[in-house]
Amino acid sequence: MAAGNSEVAALAQQGQQRRAEQMSERSRMRSGEVPVVELRDVSKVYGGGTVGLERVSLEIGRGEFIFLVGPTGCGKSTCLRLLMKEIEPSEGELFIAGRSLKVIKRNRVAHLRRNIGNVFQDYKLLPNRTVAANVAYALEVVGQPRSEIRRKVPEIIRLVGLSTKLHNYPDELSGGEQQRVSIARAFVNHPPLLLADEPTGNLDPETSIGIMQLLYRINRTGTTVVVATHDRDMVDKMRRRVVELYEGRVIRDERSGLYSPDESTSEFAIRLRGEFGIGAEGHPN
Amino acid sequence: MRLGFFLKEAFRALRRNAAPSFAATMTILVTALLLGVFIPIVQATTGGASQVRDRVLLDVYVKDAATEPQIQRLGTALKNLDNVGEVEFISKATALKAEMKERGSEAYEVLGNNPLPDAFRVTPDDPDRIDALADAIVVPDSGEKRGSITSSPAFAIIDEIQNKEEETQKILSATGGIFVGAIVLAVLLTIASVALVANTIRLSVFARRREIEVMKLVGATNWFIRWPFVIEGVVVGVMGGILAILLLALAKVTVIDSLQQTFDFLSTPETLGFLPLSLVLLFACVAVSAIGSGLTLGRFLRV
Repeated sequence: MAAGNSEVAALAQQGQQRRAEQMSERSRMRSGEVPVVELRDVSKVYGGGTVGLERVSLEIGRGEFIFLVGPTGCGKSTCLRLLMKEIEPSEGELFIAGRSLKVIKRNRVAHLRRNIGNVFQDYKLLPNRTVAANVAYALEVVGQPRSEIRRKVPEIIRLVGLSTKLHNYPDELSGGEQQRVSIARAFVNHPPLLLADEPTGNLDPETSIGIMQLLYRINRTGTTVVVATHDRDMVDKMRRRVVELYEGRVIRDERSGLYSPDESTSEFAIRLRGEFGIGAEGHPN
Repeated sequence: MRLGFFLKEAFRALRRNAAPSFAATMTILVTALLLGVFIPIVQATTGGASQVRDRVLLDVYVKDAATEPQIQRLGTALKNLDNVGEVEFISKATALKAEMKERGSEAYEVLGNNPLPDAFRVTPDDPDRIDALADAIVVPDSGEKRGSITSSPAFAIIDEIQNKEEETQKILSATGGIFVGAIVLAVLLTIASVALVANTIRLSVFARRREIEVMKLVGATNWFIRWPFVIEGVVVGVMGGILAILLLALAKVTVIDSLQQTFDFLSTPETLGFLPLSLVLLFACVAVSAIGSGLTLGRFLRV
């Protein structure tokens, strides 16, 4: 147990160091520019004392593609839900495009969300609407005229490669296709920020690549993309900025990182034994 | 454009949730039917009560010994009193004829002579002040002196005054009881139906709570989500209301109108006409279901 803890502490220290370096580097690079997303000492404690986030500070610049990684319960989803103003932070403050979420009134939350595209692990499509109607809903919400909707919907659906499925219902599509629809819906308004919570969590590696390609292409148009994931392959291949969370704290923030810092087999073995408490419990073998 | 979208959404929802919508329509229908029956009943009873009130009057019985001029003098004296609207003389013979017509003639034939006295029927202008009028007519041998009113000598031949008010009061309290009972029943039934409608709609909202959550996450405002539900409620209300009105019309044509010839009270003039009644019902149905669906949504919008 003790071995495991010290390991984590070391990791955390390392992470903080690196993060500090990179933060200063970034702020030098983008001096004067307002970050798209900024978290200042944000903590979230759920009812019952469960800690979602603990004093997290994070800046995400315009046009960045960033992975939030870490085991389940580390605070990735909490982070995204805070940005959607689905939940309120217990402490600290969040800014989107320089505006504090604190001052956004309840009845303006809808308007905030229109500027944030959302992709979920379970797609969250409206089950009794066709693909086209699902995407159109995001435009209806904003009050786009019908002619615009008629023009934009097929266009974006073609972009995600589903032109042939325009009039199918979500349950007639595969998981990957549903996720494409969900991405189309998130992006049809061209939001400056796109949040994806485990977008490939339910998909096979091949399909996942397709989804990531889509997200990458969206990022290329200038949209800031934040992806919470535990898809190690994807993170390692993409080599983008990686922010690792552990028990609600940021333990690593790398410019073009891997899912986890390199770890030899023996190190992994130590961690495994430590975490399961085998070595410490008096079972030497 | 917006309205078109909301209407489309509402009808889509109605189609998708046919069963709960049908249940809500039926509940509305029952409520409207009950109201449609209760409103006229309540009105008829209050109307009946006011008719009884109009019949408040005094019967002044004349002693058998009174002579013709004395009776005439009494008549004018009564007419000159304050708050007197009409004075009608009912002679022994007229009274007997009326009695025999009402109760059958056998009893009076056996009796041989006419036991009924001559009488004046006095109708007051203001039925509420009938007590004062009764007091003003002072019966001489009762010996009482009431305040400043001096007994006119013309009143000497009065045998007895019968204030019909006591009977009237009985009728009024009876109709009052019916009235209160009907109101209480109507209120209870209305509350029950409102709760039922709200519950039915809540059920259909609950079935779509995930959908609502997604809409919220996509950036729909509360009213954007709420309008289709409200329209859905209005449609349900209109359908239920129209069905109820049709049934009531059917009942009116087949039952009430044919009974009206035999039972006079069914056509009391104070009852609301059928058209205004229908409009009131329709409005109530629409309001109840629209408010019900709009309000029950509140809990699910907090995402």
